Amino acid sequence: MKLRFATVALLAGTVALAGCKKEPPESLPPEPAPTTSAPTPTGPSGPVLGTQEHFENAVNGQNVIYFDTDRYNIDSADMAALQTQAQYLAQYPNISITVEGHADERGTREYNLALGERRANAAKNYLVSLGVAANRVRTVSYGKERPVALGSNEAAWAQNRRAVSVVVN
Amino acid sequence: MKPILALLTLALFAAPAAAQEAQSPASTSDLGAPVPTMGEVETIEQQDGGLTFTVTDESEWQDLGIAIPGFATDRDTPTPANSSGTAALGKELARVVFNDLKNNGLFKPVGPDSLPQPTFPQITAPNWPTWSSRGAEMLVHGYVRARGDNKLTVGCYLYDMALKSELVREGWVVEPGEWRRAAHKCSDLVYSRLSGEDPFFDSRIAYIAETGPKGNRVKRLAIMDSDGANHRFITTGRSTALTPRFSPDYSKLLYLSYVDGNPRIYVYDIGTGRQTLVTESGNPTIAPRWSPDGRYILYSMAVAGNTDIYRVPAGGGQSVRLTDAPGIDIGGSYSPDGSQIVFESDRSGGQQIYVMNADGSNQRRISFFGGRAATPEWSPRGDQIAFTRIAGDFNIAVMSPNGRNMRTLTDGWQDEAPTWSPNGRIIQFFRTERGSGKASLWQVDLTGRNLRRLPTPVDASDPAWGPILP
Repeated sequence: MKLRFATVALLAGTVALAGCKKEPPESLPPEPAPTTSAPTPTGPSGPVLGTQEHFENAVNGQNVIYFDTDRYNIDSADMAALQTQAQYLAQYPNISITVEGHADERGTREYNLALGERRANAAKNYLVSLGVAANRVRTVSYGKERPVALGSNEAAWAQNRRAVSVVVN
Repeated sequence: MKPILALLTLALFAAPAAAQEAQSPASTSDLGAPVPTMGEVETIEQQDGGLTFTVTDESEWQDLGIAIPGFATDRDTPTPANSSGTAALGKELARVVFNDLKNNGLFKPVGPDSLPQPTFPQITAPNWPTWSSRGAEMLVHGYVRARGDNKLTVGCYLYDMALKSELVREGWVVEPGEWRRAAHKCSDLVYSRLSGEDPFFDSRIAYIAETGPKGNRVKRLAIMDSDGANHRFITTGRSTALTPRFSPDYSKLLYLSYVDGNPRIYVYDIGTGRQTLVTESGNPTIAPRWSPDGRYILYSMAVAGNTDIYRVPAGGGQSVRLTDAPGIDIGGSYSPDGSQIVFESDRSGGQQIYVMNADGSNQRRISFFGGRAATPEWSPRGDQIAFTRIAGDFNIAVMSPNGRNMRTLTDGWQDEAPTWSPNGRIIQFFRTERGSGKASLWQVDLTGRNLRRLPTPVDASDPAWGPILP
């Protein structure tokens, strides 16, 4: 299948960038729009384009990739997932995403913030290598601050070492 | 004999804008009301038993019995510091000194609630038989007097019971809202005279207060005195706040906030309640640190996934990049003389500890033992580096600045992020509970024997102990 890529920043991306713009000291930037998926009303025709649900359905749940302990390399499973994401982004050139990088709780806080950023960037770099415009992929690290699996065991940690692609609203 | 007092005016946070309102609308910031500088304060009462406990140390210090009866007053006078007047305040002052010395683990103090109350003239002429009959080896006396200008004069005397003589005395003039500082200064006087160490009680701690479930923790910037009193929240909790650091003069706090959706370091001015970004960059900034003289700020910034350490003048200006290794270079803690920086890097594979000159030159690894080593903090005395040792579990350890003499001080499941007491004798850190993820503040002395949990109103992490208050 041939992919078509948008190369310009579209409306959604522009809004996201405005959210990061520096402001004078006394007026802090506005609260960010929530970046995690919110339940969206689904009409009779299914999830609406531009929603996280539409994206997750289209990529068959492959909006999350996972990492080994202290690693940030993109393995073959990650490549397959990111290729699916790239296809979606090619199909819908108006969509921008944020890649959220996460670490498990078995790391020091500050290092994990840097590690999450490195993981998010590894995912972004691979998407860009597939032709996705860099300005359509924002990154943010949450370090170990937002675990999805709440246990303190290997299975939970493996689920938390992840990069999650989220549609920018 | 009349008490002779050193008159020190203690003006904490000499407030340029005490009553200034929050500058920005609530919806665009995560800051609570600015911290008031005087008057009534929100106080977290010390709880005996429940939250505070000490691992028994069998050293000879434990046997040093110190009697600390209530401080006397010349005339029971109304004071804003205590609704019952200066007599009741005198007892409170002694209770603060008692709790300071008890929690330190080195002494065996007896407090004012189980001792007779000396009279005002007895403060300078102790009734020796009263105290020797109780087996006291040291005696702390003190007084409090309301002055005409609404301030308080507090005097503190340490007597050696065997010699029946005064060892040291000092006095302070404080605002009513700062009465606890006088008690901490008295604790410091006693501690320093008996241990030979520098003082540390009259200091404050910044930390992150945590509430909510593990998957959705609310993390607020908070500050408190070294004994947990005068507790205040700085941020509201709408955005995650992490890793605070007091400036050496206590006028500012560095911390990380997600207030704009991204991890960014802010410089928060305690007096005005305003804050600025540490650097104008779209990249994430983490791990803020002050230089010992407060003139510079270190921060770490990730550019395209590669994190390096930068230095920027605290008043603003050009950032200088200090590291350029591929990988994560992060943190950074100055030697007390400001000439060197100890930091963390994974350039060799895993997290290890490195030292460089303050200009970034001569970077060299110093940690060469099993496991990984993270979050190094140079002792204010210069003789030790505390860090998080990762070898299976996470524990607090210390080593010499040349990387030798590594000693592990704690044995929790996840003990992380050491911060030094102002005198470099005690280390605070936070301990995370396996499973629940609940975190709490702890401290341990350099022997590793005196370990205790610090009382906080809610769960707590990321402690940062400031220097002795100016």
